[in-house]
Amino acid sequence: MFAVQFRRDWLSLRRAKDEAINPLVFLFLAATLFAIAFGGEPRRLAGLAPAIIWVLVLLANLLSLEALFRRDFEDGTLEQLLLLAEPPFAAVLGKVAVQWCMSGVAMTVLAPVVALLLNLPLAVLPALMLGLLLGTPALSLIGAVGAALTVGLRGGGVLLALLLLPLYLPVLVFGVSATLDTMAGVGAAAQFYWLAAISAMALTLAPFATTAALRISVEQS
Amino acid sequence: MMFDSWQAFFAMGGHGLYVWMAYSAAAALLVANLAGLRAERRRTRRQLQGQLRSGAEEGSDASEAP
Amino acid sequence: MTLKEFWHRLGSPKWFYQMSGPWQRAFAILAVLLIVVGMAWGLAFAPPDYQQGNSFRIIYVHVPAAILAQSVYVALGAAGVLLLVWRMKMAQLVLENLVGFGAWMTALALFSGAVWGKPTWGTWWVFDGRTTSTLVLLFLYFGLYALRRAIPAREAAGRACALLAVVGVINIPVIKYSVEWWTTLHQGATFKLTEAPAMPASMWAPLLVNVLGAYCLFAANLIAKLRTAILRQEQGTAWVREWAGREARP
Repeated sequence: MFAVQFRRDWLSLRRAKDEAINPLVFLFLAATLFAIAFGGEPRRLAGLAPAIIWVLVLLANLLSLEALFRRDFEDGTLEQLLLLAEPPFAAVLGKVAVQWCMSGVAMTVLAPVVALLLNLPLAVLPALMLGLLLGTPALSLIGAVGAALTVGLRGGGVLLALLLLPLYLPVLVFGVSATLDTMAGVGAAAQFYWLAAISAMALTLAPFATTAALRISVEQS
Repeated sequence: MMFDSWQAFFAMGGHGLYVWMAYSAAAALLVANLAGLRAERRRTRRQLQGQLRSGAEEGSDASEAP
Repeated sequence: MTLKEFWHRLGSPKWFYQMSGPWQRAFAILAVLLIVVGMAWGLAFAPPDYQQGNSFRIIYVHVPAAILAQSVYVALGAAGVLLLVWRMKMAQLVLENLVGFGAWMTALALFSGAVWGKPTWGTWWVFDGRTTSTLVLLFLYFGLYALRRAIPAREAAGRACALLAVVGVINIPVIKYSVEWWTTLHQGATFKLTEAPAMPASMWAPLLVNVLGAYCLFAANLIAKLRTAILRQEQGTAWVREWAGREARP
């Protein structure tokens, strides 16, 4: 079921290219704004770059989550999926996996360019990318719960941010501190373990919560 | 009793401003909470009694009133 | 009455309304007694701290508020489980009526903490472990409030908030741990379940009174709100009409 749903969503990306790409453009654009705003002092920017990049990644991820269930909710596919998919959480996980590929994985791939814009030392880049790769699954998985709760609500975007950003805090803290500790020459293994642990915990719990949230949203419509 | 006079009690050894700010915020919150509960209770009672009266006059079901 | 029977009856708003009047009164009286005694004790009779002096007395506001702020959120999570798993009617009412109280207690904890921080640390606000996690808790309360307001259907709103509260409760330990990762200048927790407190009894005894008073306030407040909400929810039923008629007579 996971594979079926994954392939279906992956193929439908072609029809909804903009929705997938726009958050990445946002990441780029916002990083550029920071670089320009700090124009005079590239060296000061380097110390802040990990924080800036991670916050922007959280925000860009929020933007791509908003569309996660919307189309399926509007055309009724979601209702069928909840009724017919066996088990439904596997199909939900398939959808989240596609979203993660287009947000977490894509942002990890883009990280070198963003890091270059923000003057992040090259030696720290592997730590940033590893942190992103380990931390973004948690963002997508927890985010899916919020997206499922707010699908079909007016003004869902701001609400989604309000619900999710507090829950994203641990990923932000460990992600930034991993990058900063690497920059300072201290080992950051503990933070990477934590990021992986949070993602693993999200993987075991979030799909069930997302399915339950989708049921609530579908039943009321 | 840790204070010799009322002045000493209010001054709190120079920290009076902070101590009394914290305690008055707590007191204000408790009073506001109580007032809110009572107002809501009274509003509900009035509304339900209003429904009862209009229901009795018209002989209709009181639950239909807004 | 066995425990199981009690449990089933607790799920019925009508039974709860009819039984809870005396409970509310008892908790309210206890709360007033404990809080008045505790505050007076803390303000005038507890010894000043040898380092912080009298600003230490803010602890008798700050710690009870902070404990309630967390306890209320845990209670919301518990109500969320009851609503999602057993569809208990009363749990929905609890979820609807407890968020405001919890948010205000969190705000009081933050405010009294800031007021305490100024004379003690020399600054109103520091992003240390526990101040940050309390601030995040406030945002979690805002989230619950906003989500309920955004969903028009009452039952769906209740279940959505239940799910969010459960997710929040699971996340709180991780959030707390992660923000404590950054170095902390907060003093250690005042009460730990496993060890005796480091304070002398003359200092922690009034605190204990205040914390108990805060829990009684929590209970009295919740019961009072639930009773009013039950009347609103059950309006039109025979027993509420009977109640309105009885209340009108005197």
